[in-house]
Amino acid sequence: MNFFKKLKESLTGKKTEDSGTSNQDTEKKSAEVLKKGLEKTKNSFFGNFSKSLVGKSKISDQELDSIEETLLKSDIGIETSLKIIDGLENRVRKDKFIHTNEIYDFLKDEIKNLLLQNKKDYSFSDEKPYVIMVVGINGVGKTTTIGKLAHQFNKNNLSVTIGAADTFRAAAIDQLEVWSNRTNAKLIKQKMGSDPASVCFDTLKSAKSNDSDVVIIDTAGRLHNNVNLMNELTKIKKVMSKVSINAPHEVILVLDATTGQNAIEQAKQFSKATEVDCIALTKLDGTAKGGIAIGISDQLNIPIKYIGLGETVNDLQLFDKDKFVDTLFSNEN
Amino acid sequence: MFQNLSEKLERAFKTLKGRATISDINVAQTMKEIRKALISADVDYKTAKSFTDKVREKAIGQKVLTSIEPGQLLTKIMKDELAELMGSESTDIQIERGLTKILVAGLQGSGKTTFSGKLALYLKNNKKLKPLLVACDVYRPAAIDQLEILSKQVNADFYCERDNKDPVNISKNAIKFSKTNNNNLIIIDTAGRISIDQEMMNEIGEIKKAVSPSETLFVVDAMTGQDAVNTAKNFNEVLDFDGVVLTKLDGDTRGGAALTIRSVVNKPIKFIGTSEKMEGLDVFYPDRMASRILGMGDVISLVERAQQQFDEDEARKIQKKIAKNKFGFDDFYKQIQQIKKMGSMKDLVGMIPGVGKNIKDMDIDDDAFKSIEAIINSMTPKERSNPEILNGSRRKRIAVGSGNSVSEVNKLIKQFLQMSKMMKMMQGGGKNRVMDMLNNQMQRR
Ligand SMILES: Nc1nc2c(ncn2[C@@H]2O[C@H](COP(=O)(O)OP(=O)(O)OP(=O)(O)O)[C@@H](O)[C@H]2O)c(=O)[nH]1
Ligand SMILES: Nc1nc2c(ncn2[C@@H]2O[C@H](COP(=O)(O)OP(=O)(O)OP(=O)(O)O)[C@@H](O)[C@H]2O)c(=O)[nH]1
Ligand SMILES: [Mg+2]
Ligand SMILES: [Mg+2]
Repeated sequence: MNFFKKLKESLTGKKTEDSGTSNQDTEKKSAEVLKKGLEKTKNSFFGNFSKSLVGKSKISDQELDSIEETLLKSDIGIETSLKIIDGLENRVRKDKFIHTNEIYDFLKDEIKNLLLQNKKDYSFSDEKPYVIMVVGINGVGKTTTIGKLAHQFNKNNLSVTIGAADTFRAAAIDQLEVWSNRTNAKLIKQKMGSDPASVCFDTLKSAKSNDSDVVIIDTAGRLHNNVNLMNELTKIKKVMSKVSINAPHEVILVLDATTGQNAIEQAKQFSKATEVDCIALTKLDGTAKGGIAIGISDQLNIPIKYIGLGETVNDLQLFDKDKFVDTLFSNEN
Repeated sequence: MFQNLSEKLERAFKTLKGRATISDINVAQTMKEIRKALISADVDYKTAKSFTDKVREKAIGQKVLTSIEPGQLLTKIMKDELAELMGSESTDIQIERGLTKILVAGLQGSGKTTFSGKLALYLKNNKKLKPLLVACDVYRPAAIDQLEILSKQVNADFYCERDNKDPVNISKNAIKFSKTNNNNLIIIDTAGRISIDQEMMNEIGEIKKAVSPSETLFVVDAMTGQDAVNTAKNFNEVLDFDGVVLTKLDGDTRGGAALTIRSVVNKPIKFIGTSEKMEGLDVFYPDRMASRILGMGDVISLVERAQQQFDEDEARKIQKKIAKNKFGFDDFYKQIQQIKKMGSMKDLVGMIPGVGKNIKDMDIDDDAFKSIEAIINSMTPKERSNPEILNGSRRKRIAVGSGNSVSEVNKLIKQFLQMSKMMKMMQGGGKNRVMDMLNNQMQRR
């Protein structure tokens, strides 16, 4: 399999004919992981709707209120929730008798319409390695997501070089070292406290001379309202383009699903500093519903690409909006 | 988003303007707006509802004094109610006579390990304790190394067992060790866990049983959304924790989770995290948090942040110079550097009550200082310390040198002179005068 084909496959999750059966196994397993991870989300979502709607054929103010409650409780946010409910109300005005099931379908459609899925096909230049930069605020799961990504690439026989550009947080480099060992990735690092831009420069140089397929850059967590640190990010990005003109080819913003409305501001500010391409939404295996993803898709047009469902190498999934929304509302348990 | 809430409140209050009393009718719409605003600040849906119900109860029938507007009265009722809900005073850590044992727990990435280090430093400095930091996260890659590095940074003793995968056992051994090592404080850092992971929740329960801590602290990210309810409830069910630590408040989140957690589990918030650094820990002040959630501008933290960042010595020197009328452009330049260290201008300005809404759509350029710096850099040392010698030809030269127009140079010099005058005036009253000014500003709203 040629390089770009493989790369594309592991980036988009699309299978080509020559993928082995072992891939199907992991596919199955990962579907289970996804289902298990989303189960909690679904139960609370569906639970609420059942309570409010079962046995009634009309949608009343009270029921609309209860839908509003369900949406808001999922961190979908006032603006986006109102948008969804407006649509629902329009429908009610047209067709006064709506059965519970119809409301589910309609809600699903409404939410799906707002959700962007990463559809961008990678327009590969001849530039190799393919450089991915991972950014986000503190503790959202950047380093872990990088470990999971490296594992995906490694599984697809792509060689990975990781750059330890978090030179600030205690043991950030050691943490990345463990992940790169787990995933057969090469780690480029400097001492704690050294210049992150210089680490990135080294990483790209080294990856080039080693003919690495993919480079993943880990950056230090930073709050989006910290101007100096956001500027640093812009600088890091710029330095990379000196080694490889189009690098980084992809900037992934990691967001924590437990985060509330502040995530929207995070997405805004990180986009401003680094032109974020897509989002990885982590910790969806917990009780958080991750509704911010809907608000961010709707308001900022940044697609969701990955979801994190745990702390091991396999707990990364491509975001699938149909699956995501269907699982939220599906009847089967 | 940052100004969202205050804006909404202002809109809501408009309907109350010019009424003599607050009645059920004129308050209903307002309460709805407030509820929305609270939810936008990440307060839990139910908490927001019961909160506005309570505020409405207190507000109805209140006579509106002619001197204050109904909106202000309502703001006050709300703020008092919020502060009360969050506990009316800050609570300190329970220090035992012998060994104080603190267990730290929470979700993944919430800031437990960082807080453990910070707390060791805080209690070492403030209570003269001899801390032992214990690494009980046996799962996360390099979790042990992280705590070890932090323990060195804060100069605290450290305990770990790298080959032992049983945190219950490690914590027991650590207590034994602390006795021979003469520690009177142990802080146990545990792995992050999601609250529905039964196995992991059992584990933390077992650690608690084995240790019987003086305090169990639940560490939670201030940016947490609606999930705060579930997480706080689930952790509290297993741990019945004693207090809450709210981290990453140096961000621009409203922090509504603070209100949610408080009302759901009724446990005091004890500490807040305000930076990644080991010094970034503060005790919790309910009234400040109330202001923050309500978006009235956290004046006190603004003042404090300014104080923190301004080098004390430098400040004293500058004060002397002001007193002697020797405040020059050099000092001004230094002050600009200090202000820049404090963070984004928009952020800082946004903290000032009444200003927030006005700058929402205005783009405050953080490079605003650039041209000022350029102008000052084009001055000679003599001109910097003696601004009065800046005559026309000097101004012209500076304008050319700094790439600005003469009128821009004039404007800066004029502002500078006004500022030095004002600073001299403020010297007598000091901080209180500034606070008065800011308070007046708030009254006027
Ligand atoms: N349950 C769960 N935990 C996760 C997930 N992703 C990351 N974590 C955990 O979250 C914590 C923080 O993850 P890191 O990868 O260190 O986060 P980071 O963004 O690199 O953090 P900083 O570099 O400190 O800003 C760790 O305990 C991870 O194991 C996920 O999808 N689910
Ligand atoms: N800005 C800011 N960052 C913080 C604060 N507290 C912690 N952090 C950062 O948040 C990230 C996670 O902190 P940790 O202490 O590793 O979190 P943890 O809860 O121990 O994480 P796990 O052990 O993986 O569950 C790190 O990057 C910290 O530097 C704070 O108050 N402000
Ligand atoms: Mg990291
Ligand atoms: Mg930790």
